[in-house]
Amino acid sequence: MKDLRKISNEIRKDIIEMIHSAGSGHPGGSMSCVEILVCLYHQIMDLSLDENNMRKDKFILSKGHAAPAYYAVLSSKGFIPKEDLLSLRKIDSYLEGHPSNKINGVDVSSGSLGQGMSIANGMALEKKLSKKGGNVYCLLGDGEIEEGQVWEAFMSANKYNLSNVVAIIDNNGLQIDGTVESVKKLDKLYDKMVAFGFNTTIIDGHDINEIIDALEDAKLSNKPNCIIAKTVKGKGISFMENNVSWHGKGISDDDYNKAINELGGNV
Amino acid sequence: MKSTRKAYGEFLVEEGAKNNDIVVFDADLATATQTKMFAEKFPNRHFDMGISEQDMVGTACGMAISEKSVFASSFAMFLAGRAYEQIRNTAAYSHVNINFCATHSGLAVGEDGATHQCVEDIALLNVIPSMKIFSPADEMATKSILKECLKLDGPKYVRLGRSDTPDIYSSVDKFELGSSHTFGTGKDGTIFATGMTVSIALEAKEILKEKGINVRVVDLYSIKPIDKNNIIKCARETDKLISIEDHSIIGGIGSIISNVLSDEYPKKLIKIGVDDMFGKSGNAKKLYEMYGITKENIIEKFIQ
Repeated sequence: MKDLRKISNEIRKDIIEMIHSAGSGHPGGSMSCVEILVCLYHQIMDLSLDENNMRKDKFILSKGHAAPAYYAVLSSKGFIPKEDLLSLRKIDSYLEGHPSNKINGVDVSSGSLGQGMSIANGMALEKKLSKKGGNVYCLLGDGEIEEGQVWEAFMSANKYNLSNVVAIIDNNGLQIDGTVESVKKLDKLYDKMVAFGFNTTIIDGHDINEIIDALEDAKLSNKPNCIIAKTVKGKGISFMENNVSWHGKGISDDDYNKAINELGGNV
Repeated sequence: MKSTRKAYGEFLVEEGAKNNDIVVFDADLATATQTKMFAEKFPNRHFDMGISEQDMVGTACGMAISEKSVFASSFAMFLAGRAYEQIRNTAAYSHVNINFCATHSGLAVGEDGATHQCVEDIALLNVIPSMKIFSPADEMATKSILKECLKLDGPKYVRLGRSDTPDIYSSVDKFELGSSHTFGTGKDGTIFATGMTVSIALEAKEILKEKGINVRVVDLYSIKPIDKNNIIKCARETDKLISIEDHSIIGGIGSIISNVLSDEYPKKLIKIGVDDMFGKSGNAKKLYEMYGITKENIIEKFIQ
């Protein structure tokens, strides 16, 4: 069995290096979803192509600001050359600050929040209409679901009973202006998702076994799925953890050295 | 006489019978947008997303990315207006192959009033890179343009109307991206029109002819890209230039033609349309009179 924890640690180092090199970016929300992405890409998803050249399982990063984590994981699966990662956000690079479908492995641009779930539903609906297998995974931020379109999409998933859709909410509890509870009040998120017709589960979003179990369980479900992943913003770096100021900012040389050291890497 | 929205509904049924990949999205307006005809024939390929246009655009894009031939409809106000950012960021930036068919454009919506009269959609969509915009004048134009859309890649926006429009074209007329149709060879002036104002321009042309003023009418059915060559040709060959549209003159064909002229062949353009105002409730014909979108106004501009 692959060591998904070890891979996650490598991804975290890539994220720190990319944002340090770029001079800007979103470390907090990138670090919080590392294990989720690693489990999806290294264990759960079938990335092979069907007869129409479409990937059997699909993924949409609705919280597009976690692009560094996404790109690092795509790179670990061979979609993006490793040497390109440090060109993130630079003028001569194709690695946009938020995902663009010009990037190999990225099906649709994202980052303007609230739009990914509808797109995931459309892909899932097409699979049902064309009687194709495979699932569509959509990773959302907990702040992001303040956007009304997300709830429109949740209703649509329920209406069409999209059991092949898995909404994963990166529930790190923080957004730019403060805690999610103080900015908009998510309140009873689990109850809301159940009320919207989702097969809902709450997990530790950094525990590999819990993530894999929840994703495997979703494959068997006959309802749309929601995994509320309790995570820590900035996970893995002591001075970033649960510190909202690390939502979006560059990493200084000093902080870069400290962060890489904490991840057991060589600067 | 038929509305372009009705022609759209009929097109979907005709093409839907031939092509199983055609799927249609609506947002609780299937009766009004006329996609209901398709829904009745092909219920499993029609998706009524309810009153949630942003979700509809996203879902339709997700379906289109998976290589279905997708049409998504609502009123122009709610499609170009409410779902603007979804069209910009999801459809256009990702270059999704999708057809947005917006009915109930312009003042011609009539009695429902200003909140439902979108006179800004051309302006909004025109600034989006890679967007293609069509504005058909009658039934045949609508059906031909929609057929053309099936061959074109990327996001397309087709501007349709609520009210009946007189028949102008036949099935032999061709409609191509970036082209236009010219009626007549008059040298005294050119009337540029699009969509519902083409028939008004043609009526004005006939009346002007009786008065000894020979003008030509240009139907700018392809708004993006616009037929620059024909605009410049008309500016060179004719004396007076007038544009008439059921849209704001800010960002509508008046502005678009002016841009072409200022770049290539500077010449004055008289713009008839909605002049930086909201619409209001009323009978569509009376509204056109109130806002000056009439053949009488065109004629007056030529006689002045």
